[in-house]
Formats: sequence, structure tokens, C-alpha cells
Amino acid sequence: MNLKTLEALNAARRERRAVVLVTDLADSGDRLVHAGESVEGELGTAIMRAFQTGRSGSVEADGKTFFLNAHLPAPRLVVIGAVHISQALAPMARIAGYPVEIIDPRTAFATEDRFPDTTLYAEWPQEVLERRPLDSYTAIAAVTHDPKIDDFALKAALDAGCFYVGALGSRKTHAKRVDRLAALGATQEQIQRIHAPIGIEIGAASPSEIAVAVLAQIIRAFHERGMEAQEAAA
Amino acid sequence: MQNDVHLDAARDPLIIAEAWAKEGREVALATVVETWGSAPRPTGSHLVIDAEGNFHGSVSGGCVEGAVVTEAMDVLGSGKPRLLEFGVADETAWRVGLSCGGKIKVYVERLG
Repeated sequence: MNLKTLEALNAARRERRAVVLVTDLADSGDRLVHAGESVEGELGTAIMRAFQTGRSGSVEADGKTFFLNAHLPAPRLVVIGAVHISQALAPMARIAGYPVEIIDPRTAFATEDRFPDTTLYAEWPQEVLERRPLDSYTAIAAVTHDPKIDDFALKAALDAGCFYVGALGSRKTHAKRVDRLAALGATQEQIQRIHAPIGIEIGAASPSEIAVAVLAQIIRAFHERGMEAQEAAA
Repeated sequence: MQNDVHLDAARDPLIIAEAWAKEGREVALATVVETWGSAPRPTGSHLVIDAEGNFHGSVSGGCVEGAVVTEAMDVLGSGKPRLLEFGVADETAWRVGLSCGGKIKVYVERLG
């Protein structure tokens, strides 16, 4: 591999941009293809497939053998709300391979003491998400119950095509939330993507049990994420 | 950038390969390009090797890394990439041992 190609590949991985590295196995000539870039012919079709599935593999095209290595960003989880559920969710998600960031402007909640070893932002979601935009490889769980904190983040998550959008609250709470999100300009289709009440059905009652239910739902959403999310990334 | 937390720089073979190359080390990169059966590491996995035989990452569960490191020395010397095959179909490779019964193809190339 060319060192310049490796530098560009590592830069893309650091910045959470999806890329496919194409290597000609005969002479190890390589080329980095970014999501959304179009490549012609059979090779182009195979590259498109690699972006969609995240699977790497060899392909015969134009009389040559190429290896396509798909580098899609690792999934991550943004939690809105430094609450009791988040205290259980953060370490669990990290163990499951989903690094966590917690955002809560309430400085009494967002303390290092309550969240050791966790990336924590004691700021409004508006501020954090502007610096660190959401993307289709990000899951978001809004668990504050407070429209002032949750709503903006939920709308931003729907617009960014986050692979998972979950919101804590009863059906009644959610019905009101739906009205507010619609008023913010969210479409019916977007609103239907929200998992609410949050978490898979396991009879979860305690904050830790709810965290398990939410994490399970996130993992399922990641593995079921469709081409739709891939295209949003492009 | 804080996104770095998503890449484990201390263990990520591609990050290590770049750092080694920039230190002026000779670096070979091995990549799993095909797997059959119950291969331990998925296609696309990397092992990075320097001229002294230091390595990071993996292309199997530790079964064939030794053989890949040896081949990498030749690749660093010649500059020519090699495609290696390990698995049940190959007697020699079987001795090196993919005991899980899988079969893998590993591409070894020089970085530079």
C-alpha cells in the first residue's frame, strides 16, 4: 500500500467517513473511494455493494482481481440525559462495542463523579451537536423526559439519519412529543422511526434493566440498518 | 479530534502501520482477502509487521501469524506482494495450523 493512501484512509477513519480501499492484487496498486463517489463498471457495482453491506471481499473486474476493504465508521451512542438509566447504559454499551457520549446541560446531573470514564458534555445538545454532528452510524437515546433538552436532539437525529433514535416516555408522553416534533418540521415518516416507548419488551423496570432493553434495541437496529442509512451517509 | 476515541490507536494495525512508516521503519501489511468455513478473523483483518519481526493485529486466532511474519520478511526484501493460503487444503499450512478447520487467503504487501 502507498503510504499516502494509508494516511488518507486513517484520516477518513478518524473523521468517521465511510471509505472503500481498492487494491489491485497483482501489483498492490491502490485507490481510496469515498462514500458517494461514483466508479464505473463492474468494479463500481462491487464498491457500491461494499458500502451498503460493510463487507470486504475480492472481486474480478476488467480482467483483474481487486480486493475491496470496506471501512465503515464504528457505531457510537449519544445519550441525551445524565440520568440514572444513563449511568447503567454507559458502561454496558461501552462493553458491547458502542462508545458512549452523554449530553446534559444540567450540571448537577452531568458530573464526573456520577459518570466516571465516560465522555460527558454538561452543555445543551444544540452546542455539542454543532461541534460533533450526528451521522448514520450514530444511535441516539433521549432519556431526560424534558422537551427543552430532548426535542432538539431528536429532530437533529432524525435529520442526520441516525441508525437508532429512541426516546424515553410513556405512550401519552410520546404522543405530545410527536406533536412538538411535527411542529419543528419532522415528517410523519421520520417520527415513525422513533423507538418509543424505548427499549425492547423484556419487562424492564429498574434503570439498569431499562438500559439492557435499550442496548438490545440499539444492537438490533445496527444490524438491521438498511441501505437507507448508507445512502444518507453518502 | 475527539473522534479518536473510536479508534483504539494503541491496537489499531493501520494506525500503527502509519506511525511505524513515519518513524522510518520498513513495514509490511498483511490482509485477510478471502475466508472459507469457520475462519477466525473476518475478511479485511490486518496484521502489520516491521523488518525486525514486531507485529500488531491479527489475521487468524494466532494460528498462522508466525508464518505470515516470516513471509513478510521476504516481501519487505523483494518489494513484491504475495498471496498466501492457509487451511485444510494445504498440508504444509495445516501443520502451521488453522485448527478450527477454516481456510484463509492472506495478501502480504510492502507499505511505501
